[in-house]
Amino acid sequence: MSEPIVKISGLNKWYGEFHVLRDIDLAVAKGERIVICGPSGSGKSTLIRCINALEEFQEGEIVVDGIELGPNLKHVDAVRREVGMVFQSFNLFPHLTVLDNCTLAPIWVRNIPKKDAEATAMKFLERVKIPHQANKFPGQMSGGQQQRVAIARALTMNPKVMLFDEPTSALDPEMVKEVLDTMVDLAEEGMTMLVVTHEMGFAREVANRVVFMDAGQIIEANTPREFFAAPRHARTKLFLSQILR
Amino acid sequence: MTDISSSSFVRQDLLAERPAPIKTTGFIGLVRTRLFNSPTNILLTIVGALLLWFTVIPSVRFLIVDAVWSGQDRTACLAENAGFAVGACWPYIQAKLPQLIYGFYPEAERWRVDLTMLLAVVLLLPLLVPRLPAKGLNAGLFFVAFPVVAFFLLHGGGIKGFGLSWTAGLLQLFDESIIGAGQALLSLSKTSAIAPLLWVVGSLIVLVGTAISWLIFPLTWLRDYVQVMGQPVWADFGITAAIVSLIAFFLAGGIRTGGRALASSIAIFIAIAIVIKLMGLDRGGLPIVTTNLWGGLLVTLVVSVTGIVTSLPIGIALALGRRSTIPLIRIFSIAFIEFWRGVPLITVLFFATYMLPLFLPGNFTVDGLVRALIGIALFTGAYQAENVRGGLAAIPRGQGEAAAALGLSWWKTTSLIVLPQALRHVIPNLVNSFISLFKDTSLVSIVALFDLLGSLRASFSDPKWSTPSTAFTGFAFAGIIYFIFCFGMSRYSLFVERRLNAHRRS
Ligand SMILES: Nc1ncnc2c1ncn2[C@@H]1O[C@H](COP(=O)(O)OP(=O)(O)OP(=O)(O)O)[C@@H](O)[C@H]1O
Ligand SMILES: [Mg+2]
Repeated sequence: MSEPIVKISGLNKWYGEFHVLRDIDLAVAKGERIVICGPSGSGKSTLIRCINALEEFQEGEIVVDGIELGPNLKHVDAVRREVGMVFQSFNLFPHLTVLDNCTLAPIWVRNIPKKDAEATAMKFLERVKIPHQANKFPGQMSGGQQQRVAIARALTMNPKVMLFDEPTSALDPEMVKEVLDTMVDLAEEGMTMLVVTHEMGFAREVANRVVFMDAGQIIEANTPREFFAAPRHARTKLFLSQILR
Repeated sequence: MTDISSSSFVRQDLLAERPAPIKTTGFIGLVRTRLFNSPTNILLTIVGALLLWFTVIPSVRFLIVDAVWSGQDRTACLAENAGFAVGACWPYIQAKLPQLIYGFYPEAERWRVDLTMLLAVVLLLPLLVPRLPAKGLNAGLFFVAFPVVAFFLLHGGGIKGFGLSWTAGLLQLFDESIIGAGQALLSLSKTSAIAPLLWVVGSLIVLVGTAISWLIFPLTWLRDYVQVMGQPVWADFGITAAIVSLIAFFLAGGIRTGGRALASSIAIFIAIAIVIKLMGLDRGGLPIVTTNLWGGLLVTLVVSVTGIVTSLPIGIALALGRRSTIPLIRIFSIAFIEFWRGVPLITVLFFATYMLPLFLPGNFTVDGLVRALIGIALFTGAYQAENVRGGLAAIPRGQGEAAAALGLSWWKTTSLIVLPQALRHVIPNLVNSFISLFKDTSLVSIVALFDLLGSLRASFSDPKWSTPSTAFTGFAFAGIIYFIFCFGMSRYSLFVERRLNAHRRS
């Protein structure tokens, strides 16, 4: 593969005295789907939030599509325009309709005329299969629908990379599938994705690589088949035995 | 079918609807289920009825039944002439109404007050009805154009120049104060121990000032040139309009996309020109009515509307400042808020009226009404800041993060995502402050401004109308006026709240 689209090297981050991320190195190729898993508090969220500069870090470097994001967070805006993010708690804007949620950033960040932005937004809402609810408010929708809107909202900015921070863990079991299906569709279209999730089925089916983190460091990274069939590190074995019962 | 052991059941005939055995709807139902359904409620109902009896009946008697409705002077409202114990003396209000509305505003000029109030109503009502279009234009007219027009209508007077002269004048003032500061340092350096340092800094400042004066020389020269022309206001106006329109044109993207900006800029200047011409501002404008002649409802409305309109932006700015990560801004905001919240409004007004002039440089005077306005705006602003902060605190962190992840800047996140939600949360608190501000305007009467209440009290001393019930009538009238405004605000805020929070009802 050519130049990686996301390249993290020597990343270190502290919360005060607490060393959350330790010497993280990770390169993501274009079109690659990476699933990040690990026990609670291991720093998964912190890591992917560093990629679009929602968190600052003290050492190391992150390069997104050739744009450099050093510890002093230069080029934040440029990076954020390349990277879309989906949160565990959806974070839709409750005072705006679904359509306005999806057109806000294109209009105010990319200066796209309202009409065009709405057409694009409808296209993406169709893709996540909720075009009929465009004029509802987020509070009037189910969790699964809200999360799909959140995915559509991120896609309207035409990101080159999508970050997912436990997108399904706030959902009722029957809604998990609809969101995962949307993500599978997205993967099939060739989107580069970094997904923090505990959905091991999704990891098996979609991921090119599974990254296991513990205590702020990457313990093991491997193809899903190897990762689940023959975990090598003792910590990974313990983790897998706990979640795959 | 009623056999207990059989578990299957099929209904043979459907039951018809019939009324409830005890009435639960209508008046009787209400009485039975809400008023007399338990010993406590029976007691409360009786107490409530007694309260109503002892408040409503006397009020109605005083205001309507026992009131005197017509007359020329106090004799009409005396018990011996009326033949009964007189309640409200309405002819007194009728006679004093002009004073209660306009204060000492000259009679011949009162149409200006009427026109201003009419303009305010005409601009405000469409703004309050959500269904009507062109909210942006409407808001611009009400919040920007109206205050200027209202000033020249109520106060009178004209203009000697326009944008060019004002900019040049401001820059010159700024420059002169810089040079002044530099020269002060220079003269200090003759006696001070750190003379060389002071001398260097002073000379530097004077140098900078001189450089600025050379930089703005074209502007001041143009100003002086325009001022000696036959029509200085119009010449200045034309130059300003041309410059501003061109800047708007190029900022909006030049020939390709700037057409709209150019057109709206020109339209705005044409509108301004029409206003200047209509009000004769270039020829001295309307006769000046100084603010010490203003009074009555006019002052109450001017003070409260200005206070309401200016305190909210001040409050928002302070609330955002208080949450800022920049220490200087945060400390300033906290100090400002705590200072104004810790000082009573009366003190603020006294300070603004009697002490502030002592601190200002000699030739610099601020109108008494303006001083009170500023005091009230800052005072209410501090309260509004705390209200707004409550709303800001209720917004989950995820909202800001989601906006940031989409690439929105801090300003856009704040104005499009955070503030709209925060303000909706606190509409009741904001309006609460507005209502209390409206009533607090009556405090300006202690600093020699005659608002509605002040004018009212002044009218008590008129011997022509001194009767036992004059004061009661006057206060009842003032109370009704205040109540109408405050109740109106309260109802309107409920309406807005329900409408804006539609999204929360799922
Ligand atoms: N703002 C903060 N200040 C201090 N410590 C924090 C902060 N945010 C997170 N941490 C700590 O950093 C560690 C990593 O947090 P992070 O949210 O990245 O974990 P995670 O792997 O995403 O866990 P989970 O699966 O529970 O979401 C945790 O121990 C957490 O307590
Ligand atoms: Mg997490």
